[in-house]
Amino acid sequence: MGKLLGVVLVVIALVSAYPILKNQYPLPEDISTHGHLIDEQLHDTMVEAGISFIGAQLVLAFFVWSFTGRKPGSPLKDLPGGARMLVIVAFVIVGLEVLALGAFGQKAWASVYFTPAKADSLQIQAQAEQFAFYFRYAGPDGKFGQIHPEKIDEGNQNYFGLDPENDVAARDDIVSGELVVPVNREIHLMLHGKDVGHSFFVRELRIQQDFVPGLDLSVHFTTTKIGKYEIVCTQLCGLGHYNMKAYLNVMSQADYDNWFKQQSAQ
Amino acid sequence: MSETSAQPAHVHAPPEGFWRKHVFSLDHKVIGKQYYALALVAVFTGMFLSWLMRIHLVWPAAKIPGLELMSKAGAPGGIMTPEYYLSLLTMHGTLMVFFVLTNAPFAAFGNYFLPIQVGAEDMAFPRFNMMSFWLTFLAWAVLMLAFVIPDGPPIAGWTEYTPLSAIGKDAGPGMQWGASLWGISIAIFCAASLLGALNFIATTLDLRTKGMTLMRMPLCTWAWFITSCIALLAFAVLLPACILLILDRHAGTSFFIPGGLVASDRLQPHSGGSPLLWQHLFWFFGHPEVYIAILPSMGIVSHILINSMRKPLLSAKVVIYSMMSIGFLSYMVWGHHMFLSGMNPMSALAFSFPTLTITIPATILTLMWLGSLYGANIQINSASLFALGFISMFVSGGVSGFFLAQPSIDIYLHATYFVVGHFHMVMGVASLFGVFTGTYFWFPKMTGRYMNEGLGKLHFWITFIGTYCIFMPFHYLGLVGNIRRYQSFVDDFMAPYIPLHKFITIAALITGAAQFIFLYNLIHSRFWGKPAPENPWNATSLEWTIPSPPPWNNFGDKHPVVYHDPYQYGVKGSGGDFVMQDSPEPAKGSGD
Amino acid sequence: MRPHFLEVKKSMASTTAPAVVPQSGAERASRSGIWVGIFAITMSFMAFSSALFVRQGSLDWGHLVLPPILYLNTLVLLASSGTFELSRRHLEFHTAGRVGSTGAGVAWLLATLALGIAFCAGQYAAWQNLRAQGIYLATNPNSSFFYVLTSIHVLHVTAGILAFVYLLGRLTIGSGLARRSFFDNTAIYWHFMGVLWLYLLMLCRIKL
Repeated sequence: MGKLLGVVLVVIALVSAYPILKNQYPLPEDISTHGHLIDEQLHDTMVEAGISFIGAQLVLAFFVWSFTGRKPGSPLKDLPGGARMLVIVAFVIVGLEVLALGAFGQKAWASVYFTPAKADSLQIQAQAEQFAFYFRYAGPDGKFGQIHPEKIDEGNQNYFGLDPENDVAARDDIVSGELVVPVNREIHLMLHGKDVGHSFFVRELRIQQDFVPGLDLSVHFTTTKIGKYEIVCTQLCGLGHYNMKAYLNVMSQADYDNWFKQQSAQ
Repeated sequence: MSETSAQPAHVHAPPEGFWRKHVFSLDHKVIGKQYYALALVAVFTGMFLSWLMRIHLVWPAAKIPGLELMSKAGAPGGIMTPEYYLSLLTMHGTLMVFFVLTNAPFAAFGNYFLPIQVGAEDMAFPRFNMMSFWLTFLAWAVLMLAFVIPDGPPIAGWTEYTPLSAIGKDAGPGMQWGASLWGISIAIFCAASLLGALNFIATTLDLRTKGMTLMRMPLCTWAWFITSCIALLAFAVLLPACILLILDRHAGTSFFIPGGLVASDRLQPHSGGSPLLWQHLFWFFGHPEVYIAILPSMGIVSHILINSMRKPLLSAKVVIYSMMSIGFLSYMVWGHHMFLSGMNPMSALAFSFPTLTITIPATILTLMWLGSLYGANIQINSASLFALGFISMFVSGGVSGFFLAQPSIDIYLHATYFVVGHFHMVMGVASLFGVFTGTYFWFPKMTGRYMNEGLGKLHFWITFIGTYCIFMPFHYLGLVGNIRRYQSFVDDFMAPYIPLHKFITIAALITGAAQFIFLYNLIHSRFWGKPAPENPWNATSLEWTIPSPPPWNNFGDKHPVVYHDPYQYGVKGSGGDFVMQDSPEPAKGSGD
Repeated sequence: MRPHFLEVKKSMASTTAPAVVPQSGAERASRSGIWVGIFAITMSFMAFSSALFVRQGSLDWGHLVLPPILYLNTLVLLASSGTFELSRRHLEFHTAGRVGSTGAGVAWLLATLALGIAFCAGQYAAWQNLRAQGIYLATNPNSSFFYVLTSIHVLHVTAGILAFVYLLGRLTIGSGLARRSFFDNTAIYWHFMGVLWLYLLMLCRIKL
């Protein structure tokens, strides 16, 4: 039965690797300027992980095959090099490889988080609530109105709790259920949580960030391709979590300007 | 610490009467079996919940007869509501992580075998030990109460992130009393675990018998000892966190809840609290907890692998130091659960570095297991099959950690099925394989009978192949962006992957069913299994020097003396190719 | 039958501690146990402390004037450590790691118990003082931490008090003997309660 285990291990290793080698589960297309750094990092990690995974399973299979069901009285041997060699291998190869992954990988992280948003980026506020996303634009005056939680009125579509009567800046704020952005323009998305924890994730954008009630968080990104992409909530927020989605609608600059003009007119 | 002198007085009197012998027992062996029984109930409950979840994901309209008895609101007419899915998800995680993975490899086997393996009569504090089991039982009962209250179990996941878990009923069903029961249950569990850890540490440090230096302890004892050190610090932090959560929920405090929140159209009467504080406290416990789940199984597998291969590991010392480093590093990495949480992005790199560094001792361990197999004489039986399977599973589960340890990749893979695949393989399968291997191996010692080998092997094959079929695809689903904790996949995006989800569900049902083979084997063999001799596996550590099952004071009136390390295999002994630890026969090396 | 502690036992007892007593495994284990327990309790209070440091960063963090009785309570608690040590001088050492106590020793232990109970009563008075000012658990974050830290400390002190009651029972009823290790470990735990209180007082004073 030891031999059988050896065979099964090889089969498992190859069957598991096959979908990856054949790229049967590809990442969604990348529509961001920074996403390629993440994708490259993921690819490099997949190569190293794949080699480690297949290598370990094959070695296990080979040893199980070779050293089970041996004739009684077969001599016991120790691996040449012994424990010391294995410890050195672990430190040197794994240590270097893994730490290299970490060191090079931080480029992608830095590009998303360590660089501040550019001064001329388009500022949009995103609010996450049970169970929808809403987006607010500053309107032609370029100023966001104040948020008053006690004024929130879902029935009257005052999702942000704006007070246009008393707050001049709030009067022209545009509230949208869709995140509409012009392509090739840096977007500075400010995240506001209304009730519990949520998270903003657009797979194609390679951006994911939690909304933390009480904290002012933001992300910035630049899109590269026109189209509609799903925004999903990835932080368990209650009953409707699975259904909490919106759309990132990337338009040409001209189409965006038209949209903006239409929204402002309302 | 030097070797102890044997203690003159008995730790406790011989048990008399039904209640003292079988219920409120001070005997570590009975307590170990009680923990095992509780874990058994919890694991089958948790498995049943996972079946319901998997069925709902792919056949949401399925009518499950009798389910409406479990919850009228959650499953009217036997058809599960999407809301109930989140309740089941929360209870599944809580039961499995706390009541199975902490109880079975650590509390159950550790309680039973640690005192024997160090040559002691019982644990250092038998009364605390009994208290610790019954507190764990109470914690379990309080948790299960959540199933029967009208509002149902909480829906915030086993991680119970705030403010969702803290604002009370405005957060959703199950969040009024269900979440409070969760908090109380886990707080009691923390207290119980602290008492347990106390016992393990004191027993290991002070009750070792003559000749038993620390370096001569079996590897599973080392694993239990290191685990109890980790557990001591981890549960000591979770307990305050649960207390503060309960206060936020019921006493109007605002430790975790900021101001200005509007939920269910109500402005929440709190202000100034920090949701991130909960995450930090929880994960400061939570990450060491997953090492609490895996380390004992690493020790048990090492112990049994050595016996099965008839050859010691290339270096027991290296294994011990690796386990110690894993324990130490486990306290530095908790932020890798929080890369995207809004904490300072610099700290993400600070947490990523030790997370990647843990790969080194984990790799050393894997290479030690693999490297020691070379040139061995592996005996195949149910126990050794699961031990070998553990190595395969640990590699598979561990390798996906490479990805998640890097914040830049975590931007994409966080909260996808990739994470779920990773932790299920490493905790849900590998750790459980340690429990299985321990069960098959130690059953003859605990009962005096063998488990049925044929059924054991059948159990292994279905479980081994089945768990790969279930959890390997989770990684692929994660790569394409399948989000976790969703009770339904409503969008077109997921449509092409439903067939794969169906495959996983069917694999889960079959693999789950195979666990009943194990359960049947356990129960049947307990009463009608083939009688086993005192040392059926020709093993060397102290548990194999005493009768099966052992007497109430383990070694009778004798106090064992050990002369070398517990892994003298491949040497010419009077009994065969091994020398027992308490035998003064010449052994290879001085065995320090 | 006259209670043991009123008799002067000359034959079996010694008032000086034997030079070197080899400890049994059980005794060493109980000593490890008490330190491990203290370590765990310390860790828990570190968790509460870090919660305080995080929470302190919020805008609604105010200032709490500590009730003055706290300082008296502190003296009471420290005095009780002193009286415990005084009772140690009156221990009589018997075989098998057991100790008995003279009348004076038991009296000092009773004083320790009384001071311990007085400390708890004083803490209760502190809470009453705050309530009289309208400051309750959820009034503001400062008061929340004050009530939480002091109550959890008092809970642990109560456990120490229960240990005293047990110890006193062993030393006065029946054979009048208690385990030496139990006496020593209770002392270590009790002194730790004092040290912990000093830390909490300082924390509350500086931060709240």
